[in-house]
Amino acid sequence: MSEIIHAPAKPRTERAGTASRTFAAFLIIGLVLLIIAPAFFYPIFLMKLLCFALFACAFNLLLGYTGLLSFGHATFFGGAAYFTAHAVKEWGLSPELGVLVGVAGAAGLGLIVGFFAIRRQGIYFAMITLALSQMFFFFCLQASFTHGEDGIQSVPRGHLFGLIDLNSSTNMYYFVLAVFLIGMLVIWRFINSPFGMILKSIRENEQRAVSLGYSVARYKLGAFVMSAALAGLAGGVKALVFQFATLTDVAWQMSGEVILMTLLGGIGTLIGPIFGAGLVVTLENYLATSQFPVTIVTGVVFMVCVLLFRRGIIGEFYASRLGRKLGFEHRR
Amino acid sequence: MTMIFGIPLQAFLGQLLIGLINGSFYALLSLGLAVIFGLLRVINFAHGAQYMLGAFVAMLLLQYFGINYWFALILAPLIVGLFGAIIERTMLSRLYDLDPLYGLLFTFGLALTIEGTFRYLYGSSGQPYTVPPQLAGGINLGFMFLPIYRGWVVVISLAACIGTWLLIEKTKLGAYLRAATENPVLVQAFGVNVPLLLTLTYGLGAALAAFAGVLAAPVYQVSPLMGSNIIIVVFAVVVVGGMGSIMGAILTGYMLGIAEGLTKVFYPEASNIVIFVIMAIVLLIRPAGLFGRDA
Repeated sequence: MSEIIHAPAKPRTERAGTASRTFAAFLIIGLVLLIIAPAFFYPIFLMKLLCFALFACAFNLLLGYTGLLSFGHATFFGGAAYFTAHAVKEWGLSPELGVLVGVAGAAGLGLIVGFFAIRRQGIYFAMITLALSQMFFFFCLQASFTHGEDGIQSVPRGHLFGLIDLNSSTNMYYFVLAVFLIGMLVIWRFINSPFGMILKSIRENEQRAVSLGYSVARYKLGAFVMSAALAGLAGGVKALVFQFATLTDVAWQMSGEVILMTLLGGIGTLIGPIFGAGLVVTLENYLATSQFPVTIVTGVVFMVCVLLFRRGIIGEFYASRLGRKLGFEHRR
Repeated sequence: MTMIFGIPLQAFLGQLLIGLINGSFYALLSLGLAVIFGLLRVINFAHGAQYMLGAFVAMLLLQYFGINYWFALILAPLIVGLFGAIIERTMLSRLYDLDPLYGLLFTFGLALTIEGTFRYLYGSSGQPYTVPPQLAGGINLGFMFLPIYRGWVVVISLAACIGTWLLIEKTKLGAYLRAATENPVLVQAFGVNVPLLLTLTYGLGAALAAFAGVLAAPVYQVSPLMGSNIIIVVFAVVVVGGMGSIMGAILTGYMLGIAEGLTKVFYPEASNIVIFVIMAIVLLIRPAGLFGRDA
């Protein structure tokens, strides 16, 4: 029956229809897997994975959808971790308010870094964000509230809304999952909004966007703050999961790691960074037990990705015959 | 004791010298970055790793072959330059048609790989490299004590900077380089082998970084981390100077090195970040950089 109705439709829409149906199917499968996952995997590992997946998606908002390569996203991730940890531990705020403090702090940092970085383009943008994030690293090293090399330790998870005890790892997992889903929804809504469309037009042709009368700088700054805030959401939650915030999260290696996750999964795809994050976190977990240093593997994967499959896993899948048959399209 | 702005003269001059030495390294490294970027349109993130390689090659040459500092000063840049040229020919050259960001990401991966390998083999802690006997000791200048090696570093790196500048601005090879920067297709049509020129340029840039690395070996410790520590600062130097001019890169390197040294005297807490602060101020006032042509 449905085939008859769909038969005369234009091929373009039919394809889009197939894509959205396949997408919906994948979405439901993914959700079910995420909900039952704690029965099969170590919850802390899953929570770490979700935090990094959200971080990578937030980063991709900037690189994939606006075409800006930030080399300093650790500032927002790690900065928010510090803010949340401080708010929860020293001010005694509840976890949800603590995370909000982290998000607000990251957005503030994003406003400052973005304000300077958008004054230059391309390669310079990357170098400026890297330099400013290194500055923030030194600030965290010396500031008193971060406790320098020790970091903020034994951060209490507390009770969500004063009711749900987050010290139970099951409760904590579903809290992290909820935050992750909210974050993904915000990202999805954002890139499909008129604002997101203008960002894509800036990515494709900045001069033309200017000539159409858009204030490109303002849109770029908006995207930067949005990306920083979402990275902060991931960082704040991570501080609660691991119950500490340290210098590792604000160091430049972390900025490199999130780039790798995005590149590996697929720049400019909504779900690619999730897979990229999954792979990188799994790999690191696996290598942590061996003597072999993670940096070498990360570096080689980076080089191979750039040389051989720049579209990333999900991007390659979309471009493959199977992907196209399922109705996906991949531009760029 | 003589005082300057309430600071003992000796402390002041001592920090000024350290600033000048750091400035020499910043200048050498940002010069190499500018040369590579000018022609290849690639920001060489591996520049710090190549600097570290230079220091390590010098140390290993001494340890295993007994080759002294003076030969290492020539051999290490040659070896690292050759390594750079091979990397460029086999891998980096495939990325020229793409967005320049891919070049940055590739060299970032390269830097991680090199650094990781050396950390795996030699550990994170630094190893000393003794000052060559000809340059050991120091001279008492009356107002301060000048270690000869440090004076040598300042003089020789200034000479290397000026030499590179002359090579690019005054020789025929340099003219080809500059022409290929402006319009590679046209230069190729005139019968110049542009791909070879690109390989040579990357090799030269890597060799310059390695040269700085050998010079740095006796001043700092030879450590796998020395490259990534300095490269981010050098990026800030490059943002301040703008990569449009070779001389601009050199001058900015020295200026910021000295600014950092002086901050150590007056406000030590900020000495780590002063270069980044200067970068932010320059971005506010002159977004294209002090010597930059393009934004």
